[in-house]
Amino acid sequence: MDLDFDLSAESPKFVQLAIGVVAFLAVVGLVLLLLDRTPMRQRARLHATILLAPAVTLLTIGLIVPAVRTTLLSFMSGDGTDFVGLANYAWMFTQPEAVTVLRNTLAWVVLVPLLVTAIGLVYAVIVDHSRFESLAKTLVFLPMAISFVGAGIIWKFVYAYRPEGADQIGLLNQVVVWFGGEPRQWLLDSPLNTLFLIVVMVWIQAGFATVVLSAAIKSIPSDIVEAAKLDGAGPAQMFFRVTLPSIRPAIIVVLVTQSFGMLKLFDIVRTMTGGQFDTSVLANEMYNQAFRYGETGRGAALAVFLFVLVTPVVVYQLRTRRAVR
Amino acid sequence: MTSVRASLSSRTASLVALLIAVLWTTPTFGLLLSSFRQEDQIKSTGWWTFFSAPELTLENYQEVLFGASSSSGQLASFLINSIVITVPSVLFPLAFGSFAAYALAWLPFRGRDWIYIGIFALQVVPLQMALVPLLSFFSQGVEVFGLHLLPAWNLEGTGRFVQVWFAHTCFGLPLSIFLLHNFMSELPGELMEAARSDGATHGMIFRRIVLPLVAPALASLAIFQFLWVWNDLLVGLIFAGGTAESAPMTVRLAQMAGTRGNEWQRLTAGAFVSVIIPLVVFLSMQRYFVRGLLAGSVKG
Repeated sequence: MDLDFDLSAESPKFVQLAIGVVAFLAVVGLVLLLLDRTPMRQRARLHATILLAPAVTLLTIGLIVPAVRTTLLSFMSGDGTDFVGLANYAWMFTQPEAVTVLRNTLAWVVLVPLLVTAIGLVYAVIVDHSRFESLAKTLVFLPMAISFVGAGIIWKFVYAYRPEGADQIGLLNQVVVWFGGEPRQWLLDSPLNTLFLIVVMVWIQAGFATVVLSAAIKSIPSDIVEAAKLDGAGPAQMFFRVTLPSIRPAIIVVLVTQSFGMLKLFDIVRTMTGGQFDTSVLANEMYNQAFRYGETGRGAALAVFLFVLVTPVVVYQLRTRRAVR
Repeated sequence: MTSVRASLSSRTASLVALLIAVLWTTPTFGLLLSSFRQEDQIKSTGWWTFFSAPELTLENYQEVLFGASSSSGQLASFLINSIVITVPSVLFPLAFGSFAAYALAWLPFRGRDWIYIGIFALQVVPLQMALVPLLSFFSQGVEVFGLHLLPAWNLEGTGRFVQVWFAHTCFGLPLSIFLLHNFMSELPGELMEAARSDGATHGMIFRRIVLPLVAPALASLAIFQFLWVWNDLLVGLIFAGGTAESAPMTVRLAQMAGTRGNEWQRLTAGAFVSVIIPLVVFLSMQRYFVRGLLAGSVKG
């Protein structure tokens, strides 16, 4: 095997990193210096301006102005020159391929939160107070540290296909063969392939639900639990009459955060199928239209639609969060 | 009777827990084991057959990291890119976020609530809304009604890193300000008053009192931002280009999964290389991560 890696060729990158870190120190130093030089008897407004300047400038250039421009672009033609009115939005709801995208996104937004919450809840209840609790939780939690790209590759390998008769290398097909079935190309057949992609996301996110719900279960006041036990409540009654009502806010938080995250799902679909075979979702289609096909207007319209979908969920999330606090 | 049923149900429960734990670890274990198997074995037999004929090799890692041919992965270069991208992309939002959060929490000035609500609301904006204009801003500058507000950056080669840092910093700021503001505003006001009457400036209060007290929050935020940046694909894909010059590892792996989807010897080793660093960080700082998660900090 021919190996070739030249560390010295990589040195410009480290120089760039050093420049970045020095720039960081310089800016932070400058802000603190200005702050110290401004006498305390000056009005608070001056201090606030110094402290807020970097963040507000970046947010304006990096988020606010671009978001406004994207909204404007969504009413323009592909190259961004002619005003086309609502044509891009009309395209989104009428073209068959775009409608498939909406259908898939809906499947993700509905199924992932439900499955994740159910699995997380069952698991959190079962391992609560067991001897292996922290190990058990860590095992399920680990996929959260893995990138969606990494998870995509891990599961592509599970779904790998070899023709019938040959040795299978993918675990799922091997299990199917062991039970006397025929190996299948799991990621090719629509609409089931979307389900197999959803499994990957459930695998990643179940740990999140477990941790949040487990913390909620632990915060149920122990006198309530004791009282229920004294009244002779069995495990099932305990779960439905005591646990479930007490952790309702936490369950809602998990459901809402998940469904809102799924709207913007991109990496898994991109890595595992590239959006082919009718598996594309909103964010993937947005990327394709804007950055691959040069249809900036359509891409912008999809982004705006995403924004409109996300807004009420987030507003609700913020309100419940404030209520919890 | 009750005790028999209880022990039976607890046994079923343990079984379900065990089943979930096994289902959740097996895929990763299969990938890890495969990454140490020889190419022809990975491609012809399942990793579970390994136990009947154990044989391990580091060849896949050598090839995917340092291989000379363009098809081999050259992941070492991309690994360095990921590091170069991540360090400033974590530092900047943390620092600027804590400056802003301190001002919003402890400085009385007019319009404070409005700025806070504005930043709060920005958490709603999906980063997809910013991608197209931000990219054109880097290449063409900002022009409003024919007025040139900012020049084009025209960054090439390693200069591209600056674009990625900029984008990650902007996208990370709303959450960072929001979370740190929550923590800072809960600090006792007497502490600030006392320091101020002793003649401390805002700079001193910020450095000597506020920062040490919110250190745990900074730690959880740093882990979040680190995992987010390290694992990100979309921002890297758009702002870092696709070459070994500046693209992060996730971009390369996604490319390999697409064009060389059956080269499992490279994919398994490559995926594991990208996964190991966040896993180590995550396991060693899990406590902070969980605390941050429970504080309601879920990236928008």
